[in-house]
Amino acid sequence: MNRDALFAVLRKDLLAVTRSRGVMIPIVLVPVVMLVLLPLLVTFAPQLGNLPGNTLSELQTFLERAPAALKASVAGYSPAQQVAVLALVYFFAPLYLILPLMVSSVIAADSFAGEKERKTLEALLYTPTSDRELFLAKALSPWLAAVLIGLLGFAVYSVVGNLVAWNLLGRLLFPNWLWAALALWLGPAVAALSLGVTVLVSARVNTFQEAMQLGGVIVLPVVALVIGQATGVMYVSTGLVLLMGLVVWALNALVLTLAFRLFRRDNLASRL
Amino acid sequence: MNPVIQTHQLSRRFGEILALDGLELEVAAGEVFGFLGHNGAGKTTTVRLLNGVLEPTSGQAVVLGLSPARDGSALRRRTGVLTETPAVDERLSARENLEIYARLYGLGPAQARARAAQLLEQFGLAGRADERVGGYSKGMKQRLALARVLLHEPELIFLDEPTSGLDPVAAREVHELIRGLQAAGRTVFLTTHNLAEAQLLCHRVAVLERGRLRAIGTPEELAGRLGGVRLVLEVTPATLPAALSLLPKAERRENGSLSVPGVRREEVPALVSRLAAGGVGLYRVSLEEPSLEDVYFALHAEEAP
Ligand SMILES: Nc1ncnc2c1ncn2[C@@H]1O[C@H](COP(=O)(O)OP(=O)(O)OP(=O)(O)O)[C@@H](O)[C@H]1O
Ligand SMILES: [Mg+2]
Repeated sequence: MNRDALFAVLRKDLLAVTRSRGVMIPIVLVPVVMLVLLPLLVTFAPQLGNLPGNTLSELQTFLERAPAALKASVAGYSPAQQVAVLALVYFFAPLYLILPLMVSSVIAADSFAGEKERKTLEALLYTPTSDRELFLAKALSPWLAAVLIGLLGFAVYSVVGNLVAWNLLGRLLFPNWLWAALALWLGPAVAALSLGVTVLVSARVNTFQEAMQLGGVIVLPVVALVIGQATGVMYVSTGLVLLMGLVVWALNALVLTLAFRLFRRDNLASRL
Repeated sequence: MNPVIQTHQLSRRFGEILALDGLELEVAAGEVFGFLGHNGAGKTTTVRLLNGVLEPTSGQAVVLGLSPARDGSALRRRTGVLTETPAVDERLSARENLEIYARLYGLGPAQARARAAQLLEQFGLAGRADERVGGYSKGMKQRLALARVLLHEPELIFLDEPTSGLDPVAAREVHELIRGLQAAGRTVFLTTHNLAEAQLLCHRVAVLERGRLRAIGTPEELAGRLGGVRLVLEVTPATLPAALSLLPKAERRENGSLSVPGVRREEVPALVSRLAAGGVGLYRVSLEEPSLEDVYFALHAEEAP
C-alpha cells in the first residue's frame, strides 16, 4: 500500500469538496437545522404554553407502552419536562443518523460520480496507483469526513441538549450510553453503508446529481426508524443501537466488497 | 531497433463493437510515432490498452519491457499520458493540481513542490499558478495538463490528440514541446486525425481505420502511396460542364469548387493548358495538402481489384 498516493488522493478529493457549494451547503446546513434549531424548537415549544391537548394524551399513550427503562428516565417530571427528555434523548436519536449518512453520500457522489462527470477520472487512472489503493483512497475521504462531522455534530448537540436540560430539568442529559453508541458505533457504520451504496450507484450514473438522487434512497430506513419510534412501534435503546450497528457493519462487508469489484480500472475506463 | 512498444494481435471488444482488431505494432525508443485515425478508429482505446487502463480481449502488448495488463502500476510510473480532454481539476489551483499528481507519481513532498514550480514556470503559468483552474482558458488548461504529464519525467509519452481544439499559436507551442521531448530522447506516441501534423512531427506513422491497422511507414512512404496531391479549381459557372467532362475524377465541393484527387505535381501545367484549351474559365488553381481522407482513399484504391 502506497501511503503517499493515498494521502494525495484524499487531499485532492477533500480540497475539491470544500470548494464546491453543491457539497458544502448541505454539509453545513443539515447539521445546524437538525442538531441545533430543531431540538431548541421542539423542547421550547411546550414551554411557550401552547402544548396542544392531544399532544398530552399522545404522550401518555406513548409512555404507557414504553419500556421500563424509558419510563424510569422521565419519572417524576411534568409533561413539558417529559417532552423535552423524550425529544432530546430519544426522538432525535434516529434523526442524528441522517448526518453521517448525508455527509458520506454527498462527498462520495462528488468524488465518484462527480469525478466522472468532470472528466478527471481518466487522468487518475493513468497514475501508478493500483485499483485497490485508488478505491481505498477515494472511499476513505467521504467516510472520514462523515465520521468527523458526525462526532462534531454529536458534541454540538450534547452542548445544546445540556443547555436545554439544565434550564428545564436542572440536570445534564449528555453524554449518555445511547448517544455514545449512536455516535461512535452506529453512525460510522451508517456512513460506510451510505458510502458503499453511493459508490454502487455512481458506477451506473454519469452525474453528481443523479448519484445524489438515487443514493438518497438510503435515507428511507432512517425515516422508517424515526416514524416507527414516533408512533410507538419501536423504541430506540442502547441495546437496539448496538444491534443495528452490528447488522449494518455486516451489510457493509457485503456492499463494500461489491463496490470494490465494480471499481476495477477496466470497468471504470469502459464507462468513461 | 530497440522496441519500446510491441503489440501482437492486440484486440479489444466492447459488446458488439470491435474497437481494436488485431493490432501489430512496434515503436522504437526515441521515436515520435504518429497514430492516425478518425473519430472512433480506436486510438484512445489503444492508448488505454498500452497503459494497462483497459485490458485486452485478446492478444498481448509489451511496453517498456512490461505487460500493461499484469504490471500496470510499474509501467505507469514510467509513462505519461495526456488524455483527450485536459482532465485537470477545476476546483484546484494549477499548483495544487501539479503537486498532488507529483505525489501520486511517487515524488517526495519537497521534490513535488520544486518540480511543480519548475513546470509552472516552463509552461508560462507561474503568474496565475495559485488561481483555480476553472477560470483558465482552454489553452492554459491544456498547458497545465501537458505539464502534469511531464511531472515524473516519463520515458514514454502518450499524447492523445494534443492539438485538437487549440488555436494555431497554441498548436504550434505543442509542436515545439514535442520536438523538445524528441530532442531529449523521449519516445512519443502521438494520436491525431491531422495528417499534416503527423507529417510535420513524426518519424513514422500508422493509419488506423475502424480498429484495424491500414498502413504503417514513414510520412514519405505514406505520401508516396497517396499517388499525388489534390488539385482544387474554381471555374466560371458557365464552363463547369466542360471542366467536369475534362476531369472525370473531379468532385464538386459545397462551395462550388472542384477537387481532383491523385494528381501528380508534374502533371499540373499540362492539365491547366488542357482546361484552358477546352474553353474552361479558371478563377483559381491551387494544390492542397493531402488529408487523412486522401490516405484512406488511396489505401482503398490500392485494395480495389
Ligand atoms: N467503453 C466503451 N463502450 C462501448 N464502446 C466503446 C467504448 N470505448 C470505445 N468504444 C468504441 O470503440 C471504438 C473506438 O473508440 P476510441 O475512443 O478508441 O476511438 P478514437 O480513435 O479515440 O476516437 P476519437 O477520435 O473520437 O477520440 C468506437 O467505435 C467507440 O464507440
Ligand atoms: Mg479518442
